[in-house]
Parts: sequence; C-alpha cells; structure tokens
Amino acid sequence: MRYSIASLLKETLRGHRGWTPAWRDPAPKAEYDVLIVGGGGHGLATAHYLASRHGIANVAVLEKGYLGSGNAGRNTTIIRSNYLLPGNTPFYELSMKLWEGLEEDLNYNAMVSQRGVINLYHSDAQRDAFARRGNAMRLAGVDAELLGREQVRAMLPFFDYDNARFPIRGGLLQRRGGTARHDAVAWGYARAADSRGVDLIQNCEVTGIAIAGGRAIGVETARGPIRATKIALAVAGNSSRVAAMAGLRLPIESHVLQAFVSEGLKPLIDTVVTFGAGHFYVSQSDKGGLVFGGDIDGYNSYAQRGNLPVIEDVMEAGMGLWPGLGRLRVLRHWGGVMDMSMDGSPIIDLAPVEGLYLNAGWCYGGFKATPASGFCFAHLIATGKPHPVAAAYRLDRFATGHLIDEKGAGAQPNLH
Amino acid sequence: MRITCPHCGARDAQEFSYLGAADLARPDGMAASEAAMVDYVYLRDNPRGRHRELWYHGAGCRAWLVVGRDTFTHAVISVEPAKRHAGGAA
Repeated sequence: MRYSIASLLKETLRGHRGWTPAWRDPAPKAEYDVLIVGGGGHGLATAHYLASRHGIANVAVLEKGYLGSGNAGRNTTIIRSNYLLPGNTPFYELSMKLWEGLEEDLNYNAMVSQRGVINLYHSDAQRDAFARRGNAMRLAGVDAELLGREQVRAMLPFFDYDNARFPIRGGLLQRRGGTARHDAVAWGYARAADSRGVDLIQNCEVTGIAIAGGRAIGVETARGPIRATKIALAVAGNSSRVAAMAGLRLPIESHVLQAFVSEGLKPLIDTVVTFGAGHFYVSQSDKGGLVFGGDIDGYNSYAQRGNLPVIEDVMEAGMGLWPGLGRLRVLRHWGGVMDMSMDGSPIIDLAPVEGLYLNAGWCYGGFKATPASGFCFAHLIATGKPHPVAAAYRLDRFATGHLIDEKGAGAQPNLH
Repeated sequence: MRITCPHCGARDAQEFSYLGAADLARPDGMAASEAAMVDYVYLRDNPRGRHRELWYHGAGCRAWLVVGRDTFTHAVISVEPAKRHAGGAA
C-alpha cells in the first residue's frame, strides 16, 4: 500500500481498518543470492539499495531480535556532514543528500528535519580549527557558516556565555544538518526493501558462518542453515563477534555509549548543539523531550546499559553549558554498544574471506551515515568494487598507514 | 563499577584509567615483521564475556593492574598487580 494524503483520507473515512502490515514475516528460504546479517538501519538500507539500485532482490536480512532493536533504536538521531578529512567529507555529504530525498525514495515519513547543527567554540585556537573545518567543508561543496558570539546568542539565548572555563565565543553552523526519527528510518527502509521482495527475517540469530574451500557459503542460524553466494555483515556493535565466526580479528573494540531524554517541554531549542569542550550534545525531539549525550564509558562493554560516573559527567557538562538544565528531570537513558575502530572511522570493504563483506567500525557516528552506508555497501556487494566515496574505508588501511583519524587520537579506540 | 585494588581496596572505577587488552605481546623490536606489528597495535579479540585488561590506578596508588572482567555483566572477576603478570605489561 502506498502512503499518501489520499490513502490517509480513505482510511480515516473507513475507521482505519484497512491498513496492512508494513512488511511480511516470511520463513527463511534455503538459499539466497545475498544474506545481510543485521536488521538495523545499515542492513535494511543495504537491502533497499541492493533491490532498488542494483536489481538484486533475492536477498534476506537476518536479525537476531526485532528490526531496529540494536543501535538503530539507541542513538541521538542527529544527521550532519561536518567532517574535515578528505576520506570522510564526500561520504557524509552523500549521506546528507540521501537524507534530503529519503522520504520520497521510501514513501515513508522519517521526520527528516534540517534544523541545523552548531558546534560551539570557546577559544581562539578552537575558532581557527573550526574555520579550517568550515573551509574544508565548503571546498567539498558542503554548507558551513562560522558564527560569532552574538549570532549564536541570538539563536540560543539561554546558554552560559560567560562560563569562566568555557566562555562561548561562537560556533560552526551547518544549516542542512539536523535530526531524523531513528525508528522510522529503520521501518521505512524495511518497508521499501520488503516491497521489492527482500525477505526480512526476525528472531533469527546467526550462530555460525559456514566456510568451504576458503569461501563463505552460508550461515547457521537459530532457524536453521541458510546458504548464500554473498554474505554481508552489518552488525555494528557485534562486528568482532560475528567476524570471529569466520576466523577474523578486527581493529575494533566494543564500547558502550549512553544517551538521555528529559521530560517533555514546550519548544525550547530549535537546532542541534554540540559543546565539544565538555563533550555534550543536545537537541529537542518533536515530542518535546531534550535528547542529549556525551562520551562513551571508555572500557570494553557489550552491556546495553551504562554506569553512573558517565551519567554524572554528562550532566556536569550539560549544566556547564546550560545551567537551566538542572531544573529538568531525566525521563530515561539507555546504552548502545559501539564498534569503536582504531582510527575512529568506519570500514566498508571485502573481508579477507571470499564471499564475505564487511560493514563495521561506525564508532558512535553510525546513524547519520545510514543512507550512504547502505548505498555504498550495496554498491560493493553488487559490483565487487568500492563506491568512489567510500573507497577510503578499507580494512587494510591500518596495515598500509592510510588511517582516517578525524579526531587525531591514534590507535586508541576508547578516545575516539 | 568498582574495582578492588590490591593496594587500596575497593574503589570507584572513576579512579582508574583504561588501556585495553592485557595479554598483547609486543613483538621483539626490529626483528618483528610488519604484519606482527599491525596485529599488536590494531587487532583485538574483543570478546563478549571474560576479558583481561589493563587499568591504571591514577587517583590512588598509581599502580598498573590486570583486571579480569566480564564485558557483558561488568562483573570484576580478578585483580592483580601488572608487575606480577607474565610479560610485565605497561
């Protein structure tokens, strides 16, 4: 069923009894052309682009829980393309362009909202660094504006501009950045892929990867073995564990990242703000809650929950930027498991095992990358060659020295 | 999360800094192959469950510790001074 104002009106008049499920719930077939392991945003986007752009629809997406039950549902919904390094800028800009046309492409309301993203700066050195970043972005065709203190104050009057330690001097604004509804992104991709014949198989945990003659030929799952010509892993958070089933070790540690939502408020902040000095970022959801977060907990963790010290740290940073936050109650918080790669950048590449494809290492920036990640991964799976804008995300870059170390933290995944 | 330091007793994890896997063996200087160095610097086992890792008690006795910890439950299973640990990590 195609969603439109006409279908909405028709269903309204019929008492909303005619809506059908957004996707089927098929039993797994014995064999597919492509198996995608991981039914999150990236896996579902890959399935959609494989079917819609490459005409490969004999595809199954295997998800161990329900669709979008992993990191797709555990992020702060921010989309942006304000990157500095040549390996990153074109990739995230492709993602931004795909976000801009996403709802038409999927016929689904993902609530993409280009409300702007502001990175605050607090010193002359930081202003220079942001000016450089903004220039790099504009040279790559991305929008960026460097704002002074009074320009930021006009947009966000309630921050602490005279904080003794981190006075706000201005900010780097990307107006095309913003937010999208994270669950709707997963659901929209799922529905679009399903409508082209992709099988979405839930409650189907992959427990082993079958290898014959050095080639991946299928997977063992909780619902029996499934064979495939190509097996694509999009299981960020658990990439090391799933890749280990094929005998691989990856340059990745899993860490937990916590995020928070406050009680609902009237419209208060109409953009996304990042406060790099204290590491805090905040936006307001359409439902009214402030959505905010900070750093990862910093040690290996697969627990989808955090620990109190980082909660305290995030609240301190938030209060440093915005003292009024202390009046609010936190409604809920959650922890997602992050694939922290050794240089802070993702990996989209052929795995060393033939027939196996790898999409991993998103650190805590995987949500904004969802469309381009799926687009480029589908290109790699369909053609066997990397998409030009993702060509730098090679697995062997750690051996060849072509690292993409956006944060300059070296081989320290807990610092990215 | 609390870590029981053998010198200081049970302390909040905030007193410690984390380095990562404890059992990485640094290849022997100039004799090492490039692949062995890449393996040492970048590749990790990253298990879900028991993990041996290095923690530095910077806000306490400033000793390096090898902590056995479950990465799924966050339970600390064992703590020993890194000095006693074979290989003399860190």
